[in-house]
Amino acid sequence: MSSTQDDPAAALVLPPYARALGISLHGLEGGLPVLTVGFSSVIEGRPGAFHGGATAGLLENAGYAALRAVLVREGRNPQLKPVNITVQFLAAGKQKQTFAVGRITRLGRRNANIAVEAWQDDRERPIATAILNILMAERD
Amino acid sequence: MSSPKARFNPAEASKFFTKHGHSGWLGLRYRDHGENWVELELPWREDLLGEEDRAVLASGPIVSLMDMASGMSIWTTKGDFTPIATLDLRVDYQRPAKERAAVIGRVECYRTTKSAAFVRGIAHDGDPDDPVAHVAGVFMTIGRDPRQGKVPMGKDAASSAGTGDE
Repeated sequence: MSSTQDDPAAALVLPPYARALGISLHGLEGGLPVLTVGFSSVIEGRPGAFHGGATAGLLENAGYAALRAVLVREGRNPQLKPVNITVQFLAAGKQKQTFAVGRITRLGRRNANIAVEAWQDDRERPIATAILNILMAERD
Repeated sequence: MSSPKARFNPAEASKFFTKHGHSGWLGLRYRDHGENWVELELPWREDLLGEEDRAVLASGPIVSLMDMASGMSIWTTKGDFTPIATLDLRVDYQRPAKERAAVIGRVECYRTTKSAAFVRGIAHDGDPDDPVAHVAGVFMTIGRDPRQGKVPMGKDAASSAGTGDE
């Protein structure tokens, strides 16, 4: 088990946009934060289904949370600048609790590549995945 | 006794979309459209910030803006209201939006096939020649225009994703 200082959950502050969507921290998977959001009118696109933008918002936030968690462990606190996000929608997001966790595929000094998965009932059947490229600029 | 259904009109449809669900919550507004494109606006809002200490919109709502403008550009191009699902959406961020600036998303549907639609567009905060982001996406038809009657699901459902047909 990791100490409190190493616990990424302790360092995780979700941005106003994530909190407004109803995204919160669910727990950890492999030491990385699992974010979750419930279904509500704020999330709804087609009647009874997730809006693609809301799904992307969950994926993006999970990606940033994973990166922050790893950076905190390394004692780094750079400003993060999004370069791009590519989202694959695999199945309709139904009116259910939805989870997402990011994995750091590559962490360099100036850039990071992160793969994110979102799922509902079945952890093995993602409803959407995303790849994020993020630039990191050290603060002065 | 079936009357011919009206051609999809993004200006009219926006009156509904911008009052309900995720788009309504974001406060998306209709701006303009052409034969194969739609332009929507995401107003600046305090609680949509990406960072606590900077008055800049998060990138997430920009994805939502572009996803919505994409869908509407497809319906506008096809002229009907076929249910569609996003298969793949890519957003390249050129720069942060300006502080307290609304973001305008303009997306065109440049190609449709029987079951796929391809879109591209830009997001900007006042000057279309200095975009905040570029987007590209592929959508899939998942049923028929509900105004034609029942919507058959099953073989056309999202699980059988494939876009190469003509």
